[in-house]
Amino acid sequence: MIRDFALQGLQMLVVLLLSPLLTGFVRKVKARLLRRQGPPLLQPYLDLIRLLRKDVVLAENASWLFRVTPYIVVAGTWVAASLVPTFASGLLFSWSADLIAIIALLGSARFFLALAGLDVGTSFGGIGSSREVMIASLAEPAMLMIVFTLALIAGSTQLSTMAAYMVSGEGGLRVSLGLALLALIIVAIAENARVPVDNPATHLELTMVHEAMVLEYSGRHLALIELSAALKLLLYISLVGCLFAPWGIAGPDSSLQALAVGVVIYIAKLALGGLLLAVFETAIAKMRVFRVPAFLGAALMLGLLATLLMFVSRSL
Amino acid sequence: MMVVYALYGVAALMALAPIAIALSTAPRGANAATGVVYGACLIVTLTLGVIALLSLFEYSQSPSVVTLPLGLPWLGAHFRIDALAAFFLVVVNLGGAAASLFAVGYGRHEHSPQRVLPFYPAYLAAMNIVVMADDAFSFLVSWEFMSLTSWALVVSHHQLRENLRAGYVYLLMASFGTLALLLSFGLLAGADGNYAFDTIRASHPTAALAALVLVLTVVGAGSKAGVVPLHAWLPLAHPAAPSHVSALMSGVMTKVAVYGFIRIVFDLLGPPAWWWSMVVLAVGGITAVMGVLYALMQHDLKRLLAYHTVENIGIIYIGLGLALAFKAEGMPLAAALALTAGLFHVFNHSVFKSLLFFGAGAVLNATGERDMEHLGGLIHRMPQTAFVFLVGCAAISALPPLNGFVSEWLTFQAILLSPQLPSWGLKFLVPAVGALLALSAALAAACFVKAFGVSFLGRARTPAAANAKETDSNSLAAMYFLAALCLVAGIVPSFFIDALAPVTKSLVGVSMPHQAGVEWLSIVPIAESRSSYNGLLVFIFVLLSGSIAAFAIHRLASDKLRRGPAWDCGYPDPSPATQYTASSFAQPIRRVYGTTVFHAREIGEMPPPGATAPARLTVELRDLIWDAAYAPVAGAIGYAAEKLNSLQFLTIRQYLSLVFTALVLLLLVLAIWQ
Repeated sequence: MIRDFALQGLQMLVVLLLSPLLTGFVRKVKARLLRRQGPPLLQPYLDLIRLLRKDVVLAENASWLFRVTPYIVVAGTWVAASLVPTFASGLLFSWSADLIAIIALLGSARFFLALAGLDVGTSFGGIGSSREVMIASLAEPAMLMIVFTLALIAGSTQLSTMAAYMVSGEGGLRVSLGLALLALIIVAIAENARVPVDNPATHLELTMVHEAMVLEYSGRHLALIELSAALKLLLYISLVGCLFAPWGIAGPDSSLQALAVGVVIYIAKLALGGLLLAVFETAIAKMRVFRVPAFLGAALMLGLLATLLMFVSRSL
Repeated sequence: MMVVYALYGVAALMALAPIAIALSTAPRGANAATGVVYGACLIVTLTLGVIALLSLFEYSQSPSVVTLPLGLPWLGAHFRIDALAAFFLVVVNLGGAAASLFAVGYGRHEHSPQRVLPFYPAYLAAMNIVVMADDAFSFLVSWEFMSLTSWALVVSHHQLRENLRAGYVYLLMASFGTLALLLSFGLLAGADGNYAFDTIRASHPTAALAALVLVLTVVGAGSKAGVVPLHAWLPLAHPAAPSHVSALMSGVMTKVAVYGFIRIVFDLLGPPAWWWSMVVLAVGGITAVMGVLYALMQHDLKRLLAYHTVENIGIIYIGLGLALAFKAEGMPLAAALALTAGLFHVFNHSVFKSLLFFGAGAVLNATGERDMEHLGGLIHRMPQTAFVFLVGCAAISALPPLNGFVSEWLTFQAILLSPQLPSWGLKFLVPAVGALLALSAALAAACFVKAFGVSFLGRARTPAAANAKETDSNSLAAMYFLAALCLVAGIVPSFFIDALAPVTKSLVGVSMPHQAGVEWLSIVPIAESRSSYNGLLVFIFVLLSGSIAAFAIHRLASDKLRRGPAWDCGYPDPSPATQYTASSFAQPIRRVYGTTVFHAREIGEMPPPGATAPARLTVELRDLIWDAAYAPVAGAIGYAAEKLNSLQFLTIRQYLSLVFTALVLLLLVLAIWQ
């Protein structure tokens, strides 16, 4: 029992501590691809510490909701990220929320963040919130269709069971799996506000969505929001990893050695995911905002098609 | 015996109506009358709720029946409380009690209490008897009584032209719905006129007859529940009534309509055919998405909420449709899951929709405004109302750990069981309906970010909003109670699911596995390896990790805070008009979905350079359903009335010849028929 608690705690710590590193890694790779030196790998940690130490400058009109939101967002994202199998599956509380609930937890975080964008009553906050909910209104159903497909293949919405099923190879290679992977990547890009949907590095008014929404945040509040953005990126890469590359995840009741191997493999997966993301982002240009619906609509259609295939035939 | 006690309660409510007339018309007695009538309604509905709960848990095995010598002389009035009726009585009286408590405070602001007070208890009584009725005659009479009393409440503020129009459209649609239900019961009862539900239940109609009854019931009950395209009256009528009545109409009366649908289709009509579920699922999916899209385009807070009721009715119908499909294909466990999902959503929606309408009522009282474009910043002026309204918004947007999420989660779990359905039509329809459900859930969150964000956050857009006052304690108590219920039903749903077991058992033969015994109070619909959800743990985790983060940061890093002007990229504008409005917030979504669904067009008028005229942006939206279904019918009726108008001014000889010709024609038809 104590071991189970320790493992669950370790998982929570691992995701929390690794996520800024992943963000730093993606930034570094992107910079190197552009032949720039780039910031040090550990820069996101330093940024977080710097922000945490600073005073909060709160807009005069901000309400209690604005101050509570960063904690809600970070808590929701952190809990969601801890429930995704990373280096080990079948953790103590993994059954407390299935994949649908994890998606919904992220939805709660976004709900409050979008409200916070409207709280101060500036036009930038409004533009960010309204575009964020527009993107979410397509990304969320697309994600649910992906969940449907995977759940129908694995016969479960429980991530641990799904990962175990995928690693067993019973599912085999399927058309619907391919469609779901493609859709999941599109959704992950949109949800994490990456190029081509949004640009995490920009502060140019007309191109930003997520950054516009959190424009009024400062100090520790901003630190928490940056941390939850990093956690969300880690969550989506872990999700792709545990569903489509589930090898090396330590099963329940495995030895310490297996767990150590699991951690190493997990870090390797994150690095690979980050690398691919950086290459993709460097290779592509940002879209106009009203091109995004078509991009996400494609993900929704792919997800729907994959689900439909699962309904029509158990083998496709 | 329970049903007799319940009927005493109904009689007490009916007796309150004349008392209310006497009290409210007494000089200077209006304020006292408000307290007395609503207080009495609160007590009676609470008692009725307890009776219903007792019958749900204790007496569900043997329905409690009574026949009174009322109504048709050879039939009498049959009343019965079985598990289904008991559950809906709980919903009706819970909503009724909350609305009455809210109205004890809210009702004091009513300008003309004598127009509201007498009809309110009668309306509550009517909804109770619809659920208890056990023969077609009492059912239809009480159904019509419910329509009429609610109509009277809709037009209680009759000085506004739009309210009168709302009442007119409502009356037309209500009569149309009752007509459909009348025909459906007529077909069920057959030529012998066996109106008692017991006899109807025992007789099995032919397939063609059952199909006709199904369609008539979808139309009849659906028009009351507000399924698309029969929803047109709902967003007009629900907001027109005083807010506590709006809450009852949206939160409770639509559920009574759902009850009518379940009673006929699941109980009276006999074993379902597989394609029935196709009709119900398609209606449900379209209703869910159209409802929320309409809601997103509104900037009237109460109308937005009313359109959102349409969406939730769609979600409920999806659950019911899945249950029908599983029942028809002989998968009772899956049917029990889907039915539980639908019924749990019935309960949840009645709770959070009442809460939201109360919140809108409190805002209306404090500011005199329903238009969100004139609100803003109310979180500072009405902090408590803002908090409970936020809980309602989060619950209706299906955010964990609140209750809306649980019922949608159960519906998704039911959809994931449906590939085992053998029929091909369903194999194609169910995934599409699943996608529509997912889409409507995501759009609902967008809609309530808009509703809460524009009305309660930001800066006040008008002096009325800037000087709003927090609402009274009775209203707040009612809202806090419902908000707490949203949380409780979300974190320990096991007990609520178990309470639904007798209902599903009576309708599909089995119930979901017992949930309260599962460790940690998780819910496990089928098997733990398949899916499980634990609202309590999710709630505790989020609470803990949020508090740990807050505590650690305040202790170890910085807890200093200063206030300054908003940053806004360096260009903050002091005018509140520069904020995002309800329409501008919905603009991206309008562009994505509205161009096809509403033929939305934006017309920009730019004055030439140098001119001082303001630039204008006009948005045109078309209600295609109204244009396609309602306007032609209204036009045709108008045209026919115009043409037949000359019949009004005939001489006596012409009238006589008209009567004679009609008689001859009818006799001819009869002769040919035989």
